[in-house]
Amino acid sequence: MSTLYEEIRELMAVYPEPRSATLPALRLAQEKHGWLSPEALREAAEGLGETPAYCMAVASFYDMFHLAPVGRHLVEVCTNVSCALVGAQQVLEAFERELGVRPGETTADGEVTLRTVECLGGCGWATIVALDHRYRTHVQPADVGAIVEELRADG
Amino acid sequence: MAEQRLVVLQGADERDLTKLAEYRAIGGYDALAKARALTPQAVIDELLASNLRGRGGAFFATGRKWSFIPKPDQNPNPHYLVVNADESEPGSFKDNEILSRVPHRFIEGCLITAHAVESKHVFVYIRGEYLGPFEAVRDALEEIREDDQLLGGVTIVVHRGAGAYICGEETALLESLEGKRGQPRSKPPFPAISGLYASPTVVNNVETLATVPPIVAMGGAAYAKLGVESSTGTRVVSLSGNLVRGGNYEVAHGITLRELIYDLGGGVPDGRELKAVIPGGSSTVILTAEEIDVPYDYDALAEVGTAMGSAGVIAIDDRCCMVQLGIRVSEFYEHESCGKCTPCREGTRWMTAILRKLEAGEASDSELDLLLDVCDRINGKCLCPLGETAAMAVASYVLKFRDEFLAHLDGGCPFGSQSPLDGVVAPVNQHTQSPVAEVPA
Repeated sequence: MSTLYEEIRELMAVYPEPRSATLPALRLAQEKHGWLSPEALREAAEGLGETPAYCMAVASFYDMFHLAPVGRHLVEVCTNVSCALVGAQQVLEAFERELGVRPGETTADGEVTLRTVECLGGCGWATIVALDHRYRTHVQPADVGAIVEELRADG
Repeated sequence: MAEQRLVVLQGADERDLTKLAEYRAIGGYDALAKARALTPQAVIDELLASNLRGRGGAFFATGRKWSFIPKPDQNPNPHYLVVNADESEPGSFKDNEILSRVPHRFIEGCLITAHAVESKHVFVYIRGEYLGPFEAVRDALEEIREDDQLLGGVTIVVHRGAGAYICGEETALLESLEGKRGQPRSKPPFPAISGLYASPTVVNNVETLATVPPIVAMGGAAYAKLGVESSTGTRVVSLSGNLVRGGNYEVAHGITLRELIYDLGGGVPDGRELKAVIPGGSSTVILTAEEIDVPYDYDALAEVGTAMGSAGVIAIDDRCCMVQLGIRVSEFYEHESCGKCTPCREGTRWMTAILRKLEAGEASDSELDLLLDVCDRINGKCLCPLGETAAMAVASYVLKFRDEFLAHLDGGCPFGSQSPLDGVVAPVNQHTQSPVAEVPA
């Protein structure tokens, strides 16, 4: 199995200019560490030949990079206009009740982080909820219990 | 009854066109062979004849854009084709569907375009959230990976974004692809002269590229007969909001907004009345229910002061409070402002703050004027259109629903929790709580 360093070096070779591998390298580091911890940023920087500060500067621009720890599972509810028009807020509240956390928080057992996100690009199939980045469409508040159960069962 | 006219999505209802064999069975990649038998200029000429205009939102003539790319002997740097698959405009999800259902047609469009602009390097910048569409394109590329004849020496790299609306702006996209924060560049120079790695670069939208193979197959002149004069061909329109049948519908330009909403979208559910329509994604000027007999084409929409944008039609029923809509839209642009230009960074924040006071019944008459004044001070004063479109969209809610805004001055929101947008929790900037102090030295 290749190390993060080796994987980042391979990514860099794909691009005419190696710095283009910054986003993919940060994603790999995040996948390995669960979030972009100082250590993860250091490792990404080492692979890229950039400074950790550079990696931090880039990562902090993008919403999908976590600069604080998150749960093992990510529940992201779109609350942009199209989803909100058909009841995204009620879906969000159902997740809050089911998980016992507010948006931005992680369950006490460290399993699930609940977030609200901007438009996920599934507006006609609202409400969109991304479970570990897989979209669920037409989510209703009544579906939420089963979704959470499924997530928790997924080890 | 208005109907769909499938060109980009043609065949996808009958067959699984994510599979190479199925796409081949309906003549897939034949247009590529036809294009390669032509000179690059002849392909550009076909595109000019088709009058295809960019489907990302700016509606710039695709053939003209390609013709701006210097010839290899004029500029020895590598030429790049960069695909804008960063679809993030609220209300638009057409590229999601195109990439997921006809990835090979999209790839064929990339290869034809690479031939036309004499490029060997294609980068597909796809928004990070689009895992499904990413996998569809990756798997389709895997199917042709060893087909050297098909690829013709062209490499296609799929590059995933990481969550930033602004990267749909082409120069921000290029910055991001170069491994930086996605902040727009000052133009000129335009990407055609100095784009990716300061080299000649054409940036095209997914739908634009997926339209290229059918154009080459049928000929530019035949394509130009579809639709209407100012807006030839078809458009994949995303319908969402308070509709019976939300989804993507490919139609010939010139169909009316009313036909889109009632014939294809099935109208407003639950016995509610249509109140307003956002015609081209949340960046566009809103239309009232009385204005929807307008044909869905560039000129007709411009005449009523709005735009097709990225073809995201959002239907809004009579429960919705327009001040709440303003808050939600303004919050979005505030969140997504890259922070480079002060009018946008500060102005969107002020817009949200004033709208919140209005909603709470704490605003004075003069603050409604202040809101319009803030909008005016964003317009035309930024490097990219993000703040400008936010200002124009929100100002249009005030101008077209002025009575409703005035009603808020007197004791707050008359809709309250009846409106589905009441109290919606918008995403916060998740990095404001970041352990910045812990960044290693």
